[in-house]
Amino acid sequence: MVEELLYSEAGLLNFGIFFLLATVLLLVVLGFVTYAILAERKIMGFMQLRHGPNQVGGRWGLLQTVADVLKLLLKEDTIPKLADRPLFILAPVIAFAPAFMVLATIPFTDKLQFADIGVGLLYYIAISGLTTVGIVTGSWASNNKYALLGGMRAAAQMISYEIPLVMSVLGIVLLTGSLNLNEIVEAQKNGWFIIWQPIAFIIFLIASTAELNRVPFDLPEAESELVAGFHVEYSGFRWAFFMLAEYVYFFAMASLTTVLFLGGWLPLPFLDFIPGAVWFALKFTAVIFVLVWFRVTFPRIRADQLMEFGWKVLLPIALANIFLTALLKEWLSIF
Amino acid sequence: MLRTEEMLLNVGPQHPSTHGVFRLVLKIDGEVIKEAKPVIGYLHRGTEKLAENLQYTQIIPYTDRMDYLAAMTNNYILVHAVETMMDIKIPDRAEYLRIITMELGRIASHLVWWGTYLLDIGATSPFLYAFREREMIINMLNEISGGRLTFNYMRVGGVKWDAPEGWIDKVKEFVPYMREQLKGYHQLVTGNEIFMNRVKGVGKYTKEDALNYSLSGANLRCTGVKWDLRKDEPYSIYDRFDFDVAVQDGGDAWARYHVRMKEIEESLKILEQAVEQFPSEGDILAKVPKIIKAPKGEAFVRIESPRGEIGCYIASDGKKEPYRLKFRRPSFYNLQILPKLLEGENIANLIAILGAIDIVLGEVDG
Repeated sequence: MVEELLYSEAGLLNFGIFFLLATVLLLVVLGFVTYAILAERKIMGFMQLRHGPNQVGGRWGLLQTVADVLKLLLKEDTIPKLADRPLFILAPVIAFAPAFMVLATIPFTDKLQFADIGVGLLYYIAISGLTTVGIVTGSWASNNKYALLGGMRAAAQMISYEIPLVMSVLGIVLLTGSLNLNEIVEAQKNGWFIIWQPIAFIIFLIASTAELNRVPFDLPEAESELVAGFHVEYSGFRWAFFMLAEYVYFFAMASLTTVLFLGGWLPLPFLDFIPGAVWFALKFTAVIFVLVWFRVTFPRIRADQLMEFGWKVLLPIALANIFLTALLKEWLSIF
Repeated sequence: MLRTEEMLLNVGPQHPSTHGVFRLVLKIDGEVIKEAKPVIGYLHRGTEKLAENLQYTQIIPYTDRMDYLAAMTNNYILVHAVETMMDIKIPDRAEYLRIITMELGRIASHLVWWGTYLLDIGATSPFLYAFREREMIINMLNEISGGRLTFNYMRVGGVKWDAPEGWIDKVKEFVPYMREQLKGYHQLVTGNEIFMNRVKGVGKYTKEDALNYSLSGANLRCTGVKWDLRKDEPYSIYDRFDFDVAVQDGGDAWARYHVRMKEIEESLKILEQAVEQFPSEGDILAKVPKIIKAPKGEAFVRIESPRGEIGCYIASDGKKEPYRLKFRRPSFYNLQILPKLLEGENIANLIAILGAIDIVLGEVDG
């Protein structure tokens, strides 16, 4: 459906349809974010002997996140007197916009994709790097020492982990010979890349956790060290924008992991009567669960150890993996 | 060489990881600490001065509020000092009740340390697990004394309340349960690679440093000095129990972690034996005069609190109030080494080092 639209003539009707679809995606993502937060809190509660939200919206706290967002909307919008006002206002937007932009290229099923561009993977990685600019801007504009330290950590972390992340997916690109996410999924018909590229998968999982600033790599906002890190001076809806960006990335990164390593919408053998969208959702949920599980289990890694790990461990292994993949492809010629 | 500007960073008194109202003024270069200056006194209540106008029994609730995580030992140090001066013989049952409540308090205190230390390091779950077990202890202590944190349980000559029916059995059941949970703690945390990286070699000092800075408790034993007043200068009835002193070599946060975890096990051993030997009947309060007057003179006693050596000095002129009362509060002394340890470390290590010292601000500020 989307494909037909992409190749049809430009016109007001098509524009309208596109706009409508984009709005629907936005709502779906926001709906997801709402319930992902709830799910995270519930899972964490379950693992930590607590109940989690159970007051607003019945026993399962179904409306808790909605209530939280409404509260944030109603909060007073404070801007510190000595903050750099224009940058302070701009920063959450810079952090937030790329989070939605990356969603365009992710193929949820073989039909449902908004922009089937040839360099989908590259696009994702390039755009997602922009968010750090927003974080650093916000931390600098806050004129707060803790925020500054958090921002610096975020920048250093981004540089250190973006590179192993890209290097780990290069193996997949080698095997498929394409940067197009659709073709990458198609190439997994005879085996998901988690089987063909296990090392890359592990590196990708670690690096993506670091990219998402989640435990054990939540240094930029380490609440026990830097109080709240880069968003310490933010409140109300500006703060919510940072959080929203974080959770949309959570969504996007889990989708990307599903697409790259878990075969996207492809079903397991003999189970192809279940639609692709369900498969995607299942795999995607598994990735989300693992990331939440990480959060409950691990302590936080230290800043210098993080750098060391990124440059001295992950990067060489990722490079070795590329080499190994090239050899495999040449000798075994499976692909 | 790139020149960077030094920044003055104020950590606390409202920082989440300073365990109360402790303040540190840091001079940092990037994330590296050049100089650290601790500022204390935000919780100073003048316990020692207040005590000069109070009768001995009235001072006991004030001691609760010093080390509020192990209030039983604080109760004990005061009554122990007065009893030493008055030379009172304590009934056996009271002694056992004191030992049981103090050791329960020690376990609860170490559990809080374990949970909050990992919270500082960034793991959220251990805190909640530790507090589940601590809650059981607190409930037991609540049952016997009527308070959850500030017990006001001990009296000169004994204890205030006898154990309610079935209470001893509860303690008995708690011991194997806690041992089981400890295994889980080790599985979750002790073997974790990230945790080991965070604490190994962090905040390291030598045996000489530890002695020179008059550190005590786990902060001393982590350097391999086998010194525990329960063993070396047995007070109360500690000589009746068979237990080991937890010692570890290394002098870093990792060693301190192990000492405290081992101490929980040793306390469980003591509890097990105390419950076994617990006399089925007897007085819980010795024959003491209605108004307690310590004889003219002075006395200093010291015992092993979860945080180190807590001491109490009383100078009395024979009245019902002390002429001068002084507590040696271990957290205050243990904190002295902090500026030395912090030099050249980064901010993430600051939290790991401060946490490993295990301070309670109520005790630091007195």
